[in-house]
Amino acid sequence: MDVMPKWADVILVPVISLLLAMAISALVILLIGEDPVAALKMMVQGALGSSYGWGYTLYYATNFIFTGLAVAVAYHASMFNIGGEGQATLGGLGVAIVCLAVPWPHWALALPAAMIGGALFGAAWAAIPAWLQARRGSHIVITTIMFNFIGAALLNYVLVNVMRPEGSMDPATANFPPATHLPTLHELLAPIGINFSKSAPANVSFLIALVACVAVWLLLWRTRFGFEIRAFGRSESGAVYAGISPFKIIMGAMLISGALAGLMAINNVMGEAERLVMNSVEGAGFIGIAVALMGRSHPLGVLIAAILFGFLYQGGAELALWTSIPRDLIVVIQGLVILFTGALDNMVRMPIERVFLALRRRRTEG
Amino acid sequence: MGFDTVIQVLDSTLRLSTPLLLACLAGLFSERSGIFDIGLEAKMLVAAFFSAAVAYTTGSVWIGLLAGIAASLVFAGIHGLASITFRGNQLISGVALNFLASGMTVLIAQSWFKQGGRTPSLIGGARFEPIDLPFAGSVAGVPIVGPIYSDLLSGHSVLVYVALLAVPATWWLLFRTRFGLRLRAVGENPAAVDTAGVSVVGLRYAAVGIAGVLCGIAGAYLATGLQAGFVKEMTAGRGYIALAALIFAKWRPWHALGACWLFGLLQALALRTDVVEAIFPFRMPVQLLDSMPYILTVVILAGFVGKAIPPRAGGQPYVKER
Repeated sequence: MDVMPKWADVILVPVISLLLAMAISALVILLIGEDPVAALKMMVQGALGSSYGWGYTLYYATNFIFTGLAVAVAYHASMFNIGGEGQATLGGLGVAIVCLAVPWPHWALALPAAMIGGALFGAAWAAIPAWLQARRGSHIVITTIMFNFIGAALLNYVLVNVMRPEGSMDPATANFPPATHLPTLHELLAPIGINFSKSAPANVSFLIALVACVAVWLLLWRTRFGFEIRAFGRSESGAVYAGISPFKIIMGAMLISGALAGLMAINNVMGEAERLVMNSVEGAGFIGIAVALMGRSHPLGVLIAAILFGFLYQGGAELALWTSIPRDLIVVIQGLVILFTGALDNMVRMPIERVFLALRRRRTEG
Repeated sequence: MGFDTVIQVLDSTLRLSTPLLLACLAGLFSERSGIFDIGLEAKMLVAAFFSAAVAYTTGSVWIGLLAGIAASLVFAGIHGLASITFRGNQLISGVALNFLASGMTVLIAQSWFKQGGRTPSLIGGARFEPIDLPFAGSVAGVPIVGPIYSDLLSGHSVLVYVALLAVPATWWLLFRTRFGLRLRAVGENPAAVDTAGVSVVGLRYAAVGIAGVLCGIAGAYLATGLQAGFVKEMTAGRGYIALAALIFAKWRPWHALGACWLFGLLQALALRTDVVEAIFPFRMPVQLLDSMPYILTVVILAGFVGKAIPPRAGGQPYVKER
């Protein structure tokens, strides 16, 4: 029997962890001589106070949904995929190749192809660590870390030596043709009379990210393969006894994970930059870890956590613009969120469990 | 390519491998006791910042070194708390600490020095100066041996020699003392150590603490020896390369020295494109050179060239009561 009711497990514990992380962040802001309340107000105003702010918040959130789902799927198979950064980097390469290689007549045709390109490249980058884990027993965490670095070096090489247009000094691809331009939320919402900010980068990819959340939920809780993934994640020996092939689960879960991370590129590469530049992922692969941990690896939780981190990112950028608090504050908050919701989970959980135990005892006695 | 160039490259290899070696030995202690540590990077980074900041304000590099070690120990303490006391996920804890260090150092640096997340340049007593080994001047004229002794071996900061001495010290501590035996045992079979009446928690905290000290020295060397001051993200993935070296060395001290020299050589070569062009008959992309440590580690991990088997209880929190 579980000690805690389900709501305490999925809502109370993460919220308290989050509050702890926020409290320490406030303390940090105080220590560097700024006002945390004013900072929070400015973040809310900057990230949620206008459709411009929302446009950036949702743009960042789109990235984090994809990388968060990527970490979550692997986590259900009890694998810790730290390679989202590298997989998203390679996904960007896939999207860029698709966008530049074919003279697309319309974005509606280019987008599905780019999605396939990004997902394939992301999955391919996850496939090698997955195969090494499944067949050679190499620890997936270490290999995916190594593949982040190898991926960055590979992209560096490709951008400098292969895909850079002639005469350009900038290590980046040529601009994608105008036909591959994805409609922004402004262009999508204007026909139905909503005036959304023109200059914000949120685009149709956000809707794809929402679909991805539903798809991952369906996969994990409504398909046989999803059941096998979760069974394997709970107990490998139990799953093997039930006739589930570890090789199939490790490969399958990691390929889906890598594909999701690679899909992120339709947002940042195709939707925003409209060309592939160095370090286009900007750490979103790592934020996926925080997002998945906070969202308890459930697609709905991932969605909420991704929007929260989108808010932090846009709010943090506003802070850096208007105060002397550097943007690195977000990195600190991110670290604290991972620390409290992930590593120090038991520190929060144990006292709460004790409270519930005491309550139950009183109820049975009384 | 002349003899002088070889000496120059090896000289910078020795220097660049020092932080790798210290961090690698730190990881060795931690992982041998069963605590995975991907937060080596974090500990080095905070140590680099605090050593540079304190060395700048006090003017003494030694006080800076102590501050760096202290900062690194605080991070080691958090890692210990999360992974030993609260039995959390050690990998997640390491990831969290890496972010914390990366953001925190810039935040504090900006708040203290207002120079865009760096410390002011260190001069004079705030830096580790190169020290000359005895007779370095007088044997410099001797062919072959002279340059090797006076240019390659002599003339480094004291921490380079500390790192080199740390290798036999680690070997002796781990393989020739009772503490070392217990520490290795706790990474393989903590229940057995517990049954023998030795504290698993205590041993693991000790290992994590030693790792903290070694990472502290590594970070201090980066900011006050190798360079003159702290800059944002100055560890530049060295913690991960050290981790790679640790796997490459299969968790053994002397092999760690070899692995760190190899990876240090690769870093040194990446800085000398003229030498790279002279060695390789084809055009060697510098990106390939950069990612070589990671590629080699993956190959080793895959078990194609000997098998790397980590300590058996690595990554698992020890639960006494069942």
